Amino acid sequence: MTVLDTFGLLKRKKAVRRPDLATQWTLMWWKFRQHRLAMVGMGLLGLFVIFSAFPEPISPYAPFERDTKYVAGAPMMPHFFDQDGNFHLRPFVYGRKAGRDPVTLRMKSAIDTSQRWEIEFFVRGAPYRLFGLIPMDIHLFGTREGFIHLFGTDFTGLDLFSRTIHACRVSLSVALVGVVISFLLGAAIGGAAGYFGGRLDNIVMRVIEFIRSIPTLPLWLALAAALPRDWGPLPTYLAVTIILSLLGWTWLARTVRSKLLATRHEDFVLAARLSGCSDYRIIRRHLLPSFLSYLIVDTSIAFPEILLAETSLSFLGLGLREPVESWGVLLFAAQSIRSVDQAPWLMIPGIFVIVAVLAFNFVGDGLRDAADPYSR
Amino acid sequence: MIAYLARRLVYMVVTLLAVSVVSFIIVQSAPGDFAEIYAARKAAAGAIISQAEIENVRLQLGLDQPWYLQYWRWFSNIVLHNDWGMSWEWKRPVGEVIWERMPLTLAIAFSTLFFMYVVSIPVGIYSAVRRYSIGDHAVSIIGYLGLATPNFLLALVLMYLSQKYFGQSVGGLYSPQYETAPWSWDKFVDLLAHLVVPVIVLGMAGTAFLIRAMRAAVLDELDKMYVLSAKASGLSPLKLLIRYPVRMALNPIASTLGWRLTYVISGAPIVGFVLALPDTGPLFLQSLLNQDMQLAGALIFIYCALTIIGTLVSDLLLVALDPRIRLE
Repeated sequence: MTVLDTFGLLKRKKAVRRPDLATQWTLMWWKFRQHRLAMVGMGLLGLFVIFSAFPEPISPYAPFERDTKYVAGAPMMPHFFDQDGNFHLRPFVYGRKAGRDPVTLRMKSAIDTSQRWEIEFFVRGAPYRLFGLIPMDIHLFGTREGFIHLFGTDFTGLDLFSRTIHACRVSLSVALVGVVISFLLGAAIGGAAGYFGGRLDNIVMRVIEFIRSIPTLPLWLALAAALPRDWGPLPTYLAVTIILSLLGWTWLARTVRSKLLATRHEDFVLAARLSGCSDYRIIRRHLLPSFLSYLIVDTSIAFPEILLAETSLSFLGLGLREPVESWGVLLFAAQSIRSVDQAPWLMIPGIFVIVAVLAFNFVGDGLRDAADPYSR
Repeated sequence: MIAYLARRLVYMVVTLLAVSVVSFIIVQSAPGDFAEIYAARKAAAGAIISQAEIENVRLQLGLDQPWYLQYWRWFSNIVLHNDWGMSWEWKRPVGEVIWERMPLTLAIAFSTLFFMYVVSIPVGIYSAVRRYSIGDHAVSIIGYLGLATPNFLLALVLMYLSQKYFGQSVGGLYSPQYETAPWSWDKFVDLLAHLVVPVIVLGMAGTAFLIRAMRAAVLDELDKMYVLSAKASGLSPLKLLIRYPVRMALNPIASTLGWRLTYVISGAPIVGFVLALPDTGPLFLQSLLNQDMQLAGALIFIYCALTIIGTLVSDLLLVALDPRIRLE
């Protein structure tokens, strides 16, 4: 409801704000909405979610559709104005003609300004199944003649734009699943430590300190390298996700623990206990809601960390591997300076990583401000 | 103080033991044990090797024993005989291979730490004192980007740019013309120039984080009453700033030195790999990719040991710096 409101999709009456009647969540939402960067972050994340949900119709080509006419081709700019300065309502890209580099004699396409390939919207292209079910062949944009590669192509002629859009789903879902697992781990372990205290608390805190004091990335790398190479895409995907979440739960566990320690001797907890609530019920119904906002903030911070770790792992060839596609897997092609030198556009998926991490950081900042009742 | 030191030392030893177990598990985690790998290598080279011979190797290396005995063998060899095992990829003792490359890793790690603090403290103070100025906004934008960019991507971009616009490779440690040249001033300058990029790449995110922390800490102090009273008694702004708020703000920053070290050691392998430095980074990643687990396990152990010892040293420094820390 409120999320839709942001985009002005619902007609609403001039809202009268009644802070005295608003729930805690409403108050937080009001404060969050004032944080402009956080709203920008939300918008970007929404865009990524759309990319992950509908990669096939958004991208003009299938992720493994080879274009033999444009191998290792540079990104193609859409234009509204042609060379003579004439305006065209329908954007177009200039044609390409095959040629050879006069020095290296390598095959190299040259821009052919005499040809204009017009960009059309909702064109028919490679068939696909939406959500794996509905057969369709409509793509958001494409060209009737020639081809369009907005981000260029790689050394085998695959369209980088289509692949980057397709990779959104895996990159974000690895981070999401990883965050969920570390959230559960952190809440359970930190919760037990904080609520029962004593020796258990001591042991848990020592373990957390231990994990924090060792360099995690080499450990991640080593664990990922120990995965058998002959595993299929799905087991590898699951294993990498679990490895990433295994070492990320410590922050959350600490927050949960300290909040529980601070609140477990409050009067309302005593009252609940006297009226015969079980431990589980006290934690879930009485304690958890009082610091849930802090947990959400911590989770939004863990998300970019896991995203970056997955990207690094896959970039090195130790994480996900083709045919699974994540931004890190795409960046694997840009590993050597030679390929980056020949095709710098292979680094474009990295921009998506940066934007996604930035968006999460902004949202996290907004959430932190909104969740803190004492911030101005 | 002695009691505190003793307790910390005991704790460190326990942590080191725990780390050594983790490293050993990693050594063991490669599919197939050493004897099988050995046999596969021999077979690939054309030698005919029988099952009995494999068993023999296994017996010789003690691979038929339970894991804790194997662990003890591995660990005691390291501690007592400084014997880290053999790397079959390099066909040399692991210890030798690592120690050739370790000095460079250490040099880069400590230069990065130095760089992080030298840059972030003044910039953080500036950002706090000139809050919401253009400079402050610029610093926060760079900071956000620095935190969001993966190390390796920054390394790639810098390499690409320098290749394209300066026609010079920043990979490796020396320019080609100095590779085999005897030591000279020019070679030294060339070496420093090549160290700048890894230090910046490795220190970027940490610096961004420290700037934010420093800015927040100074801002917290600036609001306090003692600053007002010092101002009222006519202390010059700069003197006041340096003498009180900055000194107070430095403590929380300095106390995270151990974590920063962990962070730097953690990121170093990837940066070393991408920039093709002759340090332990490429060594580590190669060993993982080729499942040369003796080498990988040893390196993990060393990385962990470095951060644990570093954390201890930084904690002791902190105690020396801040008289308010109570040693119960």
